[in-house]
Amino acid sequence: MDLFEYQGKELLRKSGVPVPEGRVASTPEEASSAARSLGGKVVVKAQVQVGGRGKAGGIKPAANPDEAAGVAEQIIGMDIKGHKVRRVLVERAGDIKAEYYCSFLLDRSQRTFLGIMSAEGGVEIEEIADTAPEKIARVHIDPLLGMSPFHARKLVFEAGIDPGARKEAIAVLPKLYEAFVALDASLIEVNPLVLTGEGRVMALDAKVSLDDSAAFRHPNFDELRSAHEISAQERAAKEKGLNYIKLEGDVGIIGNGAGLVMSTLDVVKAAGGEPANFLDVGGGADADVLSSALEVITSDDNVKSVLINIFGGITRGDLVAEGIIDALGRLDIHTPIVVRLDGTNAEQGHKMLDEAPHEMLRSATTMLEGADKAVELARGDAP
Amino acid sequence: MAILVGDDTRLVVQGLTGREGSFHGMRNKDYGTDLVAGVTPGKGSSEVEGVPVFDTVAEAVSATGANTSMVFVPPAVAADAILEAHDAGIEVIVAITEHIPALDMARTVTHLRRSSDGRATLIGPNCPGVISPGKANVGIIPGEICEPGSVGLVSRSGTLTYQIVHELTREGLGQSTCVGVGGDPIPGSDFIDILERFEADDGTELVVLVGEIGGDAEERASRYVGEHMTKPVVAYIAGFTAPPGKTMGHAGAIISGSAGTASAKKVAFEEAGIRVATNPTEVAGIVKETLG
Repeated sequence: MDLFEYQGKELLRKSGVPVPEGRVASTPEEASSAARSLGGKVVVKAQVQVGGRGKAGGIKPAANPDEAAGVAEQIIGMDIKGHKVRRVLVERAGDIKAEYYCSFLLDRSQRTFLGIMSAEGGVEIEEIADTAPEKIARVHIDPLLGMSPFHARKLVFEAGIDPGARKEAIAVLPKLYEAFVALDASLIEVNPLVLTGEGRVMALDAKVSLDDSAAFRHPNFDELRSAHEISAQERAAKEKGLNYIKLEGDVGIIGNGAGLVMSTLDVVKAAGGEPANFLDVGGGADADVLSSALEVITSDDNVKSVLINIFGGITRGDLVAEGIIDALGRLDIHTPIVVRLDGTNAEQGHKMLDEAPHEMLRSATTMLEGADKAVELARGDAP
Repeated sequence: MAILVGDDTRLVVQGLTGREGSFHGMRNKDYGTDLVAGVTPGKGSSEVEGVPVFDTVAEAVSATGANTSMVFVPPAVAADAILEAHDAGIEVIVAITEHIPALDMARTVTHLRRSSDGRATLIGPNCPGVISPGKANVGIIPGEICEPGSVGLVSRSGTLTYQIVHELTREGLGQSTCVGVGGDPIPGSDFIDILERFEADDGTELVVLVGEIGGDAEERASRYVGEHMTKPVVAYIAGFTAPPGKTMGHAGAIISGSAGTASAKKVAFEEAGIRVATNPTEVAGIVKETLG
């Protein structure tokens, strides 16, 4: 789960990382009163999960509460790269002397944690990696030993951080690492980490991604998630325990297992179609799950045909068939559905489908045939 | 021959008294795997369909000589179960459990790789397990789709593995061992660990590698194949149409920045002289052609 800036900063603040004082506002009036409580001079920042907010006009200074209200009026409701701005973060404005970059993340190839720092903050790290790779300092942190003070010194000295910021930066980095571990984060990126006119080092921005698998030991994950907006289909899928991602095409896809579903998307694309979604019913899906999956997919108006591609292992073909038959009986479905079933109890499943004919139902014996049929049907051709 | 599991496998299932643990444990037993014990803390001295259950893995090992474990416990206690199996001297630990926090796996995998003196191997987590057709099945891969033979298979996926094994079997191409290394960001074993074993295995003539988007395990594997493998490798990658920034089901399957795309992986494989199939069906065709 990716957090909004204001959420990430709040968590960092609680971990002892200095962040600018700020308040969240969802109306110009709230922005104005936030500015008043912060002493007048503020920065108003759009809360969207996409880079390049500043260039898009989503971050603006305001000299007083009235200006803050005016700026908030412009920013709230803005569309930034497809993300609608619902809230702004109003922060006390400060004098910035230098901008740095730092992050902690999981290094998959080394099976460990990685700390990154650069004196070139404020731009994307990929850009620094391209233009000035020598300006990026990296240090691996053993997940069992944790961060030692030398790790912080190494990052700060190798990155060439200004002498006036070194002491505070060396103190802040271990706090960021502690937050990374304590929050079960997969990424904490502070860009920029700034040196203020008063010689303080603080996190001016924060990108925090949390590991959803660790939700069981973090009661606050649910609350953090509630601030996120998802489509009606995504919400319905989530409630039913389905792994659903909406895409732009018109061929609905249902499968079991992430790898097989990704492969099904590829095969549909290769057949000339455009997948409308990724939907993994997971292992051991029963009739209810299949029926709900069909409900979610067919509620998307873009979907012109559906391909169900199931290779039974824990998932049983007879239960898949039962779910499809249930959905066809329960819902008013006018979208053709191509079913490809293999593996555990597939024969039984095919027999059940044959015995419950429905004008929208087609069968396919292989994955490739299924993809071809679904793509033709989406085009309006009737195979 | 085969790798990881075979005729010598003596299996203990951690979580045998659970619904899924007993279902799959018994399926493995019915396949012919030597299932010798179960472990559930607090349920020692009981049994599941004639298989003795112990309170600790150490007891199970000393009473039955178990050398392989299948972990089928909930994610919150799974890392602990893996560490317990390792502490008890289990050689091959197959963790089926999905959704174990990455932090737990980073610590567990670091500990295992550092302290195992080459003894313990962790497969998974979030994996379908390992099957050596005709010999032993440890995990949830449906045994009936496999046939004994000389194709080794290693994959990050579950059902996609079944699909490809099914295509191989249909073409008369049996398998030495099929290994699901799992879809997590930090797996206990990666492609290279398994490729090394296949390269050394007399019973394996060719290896099928099934990758997916996310991370750089495929890119590192392609370099390993180019430098160290004499046996042919055929690859397949899922996720060409996956959008960046979205986790496609597996925690490990996410394209971040410019890294981890299917196209980049395809290029890496082809540069190492590995043929990449465009769909699961084509895998079997290329394998057949390569073996002649």
